[in-house]
Amino acid sequence: MALKNKVHPSCLEAIRDIPDGATIGFGGFALPGLPGNLILALAEQGAKDLTLVANTTGGTRNDPGIGMLVARGQVRKAICAFTAATRASQKLPFTEFYEAGKVEAELVPQGTLAERLRAAGAGIPAFYTPTAVGTELAEGRETRTFGGREYLLEAALPLDYAFVRAWRADTFGNLQYRRSQRNFNPVMAMAARITVAEVEEDICPLGAIDPDQVHTAGVFVSRVVRIPPAPQAWWPQRPGSQAA
Amino acid sequence: MSDSTGLSRQQMADRIARLFEDGWIVNLGVGMPTLCSNTDIGETDIIYHSENGVIGYGPIAPSGEEDLHLVNAGGQYVTLRPGAAVVHHADSFAMIRAGRIDVTVLGAYEVACNGDFANWKVAGAKGGGIGGAMDLAAGARNVFLILEHTTRNGAPRLVRECAIPATARGVVKKVMTNYGLFEPVGAAFRLLEIAPGIEVEQVRAATGAELVVGPDLRRVA
Repeated sequence: MALKNKVHPSCLEAIRDIPDGATIGFGGFALPGLPGNLILALAEQGAKDLTLVANTTGGTRNDPGIGMLVARGQVRKAICAFTAATRASQKLPFTEFYEAGKVEAELVPQGTLAERLRAAGAGIPAFYTPTAVGTELAEGRETRTFGGREYLLEAALPLDYAFVRAWRADTFGNLQYRRSQRNFNPVMAMAARITVAEVEEDICPLGAIDPDQVHTAGVFVSRVVRIPPAPQAWWPQRPGSQAA
Repeated sequence: MSDSTGLSRQQMADRIARLFEDGWIVNLGVGMPTLCSNTDIGETDIIYHSENGVIGYGPIAPSGEEDLHLVNAGGQYVTLRPGAAVVHHADSFAMIRAGRIDVTVLGAYEVACNGDFANWKVAGAKGGGIGGAMDLAAGARNVFLILEHTTRNGAPRLVRECAIPATARGVVKKVMTNYGLFEPVGAAFRLLEIAPGIEVEQVRAATGAELVVGPDLRRVA
């Protein structure tokens, strides 16, 4: 019996069932690995009252990211490592909505965010970490001392959906990333009940990806979509070149 | 403006980079710390770790030759050195928390003489940008900071106690400013090296905590 074929014809088809109120994680760190086409499809699909999980709240009204969906009124809450730009002189589009009370946010240290997702995908309900001990983030929360050092209790962060971007995939959803495209994508995929992957290369038949080269096993992936080449789909642009 | 006196940004980064030891795994924060990778440190062999899971990255990619799948923590397109490895985010931060990073160099708004520092939220802001700074501060074996000695208004950034929310407590080992190289020693900052053309009394006046100056004070070379 053949393994299930998880290929969907388009990003919109692959995310059509997302209900209002869903919790969705986006992979990506800067542009590599950002599932830009799935995010654009979500903007078109229109689900509202969403809780979104990603490294940053970056993304302008025109660039795919949390910022775009916030500006469209689709987001209730963002969980991420940045709710403001790294430089005080810069301002993210998200920040104006946040400061105006139009969206909630939970600020999480980046490593804690990755581990909360990994834990959700690994059947671990919570864990202790040294990160953020003694800071505002730890105020009023449970800590415990191990070996003379204080650690903060952090809960797993399960997702309803994850959007990831991979370099290659087969029809069962085994994924392979290239270079720093990997970043959050494997832990987002693990943490979600339904993971949707947008894929850069033609979807391979079963067996075409060496099992030793699979980074995210198809067990963690529900749907895959081959994205068209630019400019029919969103792709990172070479610095200095004009966006299509 | 006090910012323009003493060492340049690159000179500050150069002095910090010369503290790196052979074989160290080094994580550079966004901003001034990235200038450390420009420093000629001779035969000292450093492995640069980037929080997005790139271990062993090299110089910025030449224009037109960028690999669009490969960036460092600042989102810059970089190259890989022979022997590089790529891991996912949870593994990258596992390395950080487990003490496998020898040093992180970070920027900061404030540092206190007890080793606390603050770099994720400015006074009065609702939001902040933590990124990987809290994990790095809690996990790296050494935390070095690079920052201007005073704010644009001349207020000290080296203080007795941080007034804005801390990133981590008691972790800072070295502080590099345009006035010199310092060490937080509990109730004071020890001035280890002073910038050319700067006098000790000038440093003391611009510092918001006790300043200890030993007999072995040297000029930053």
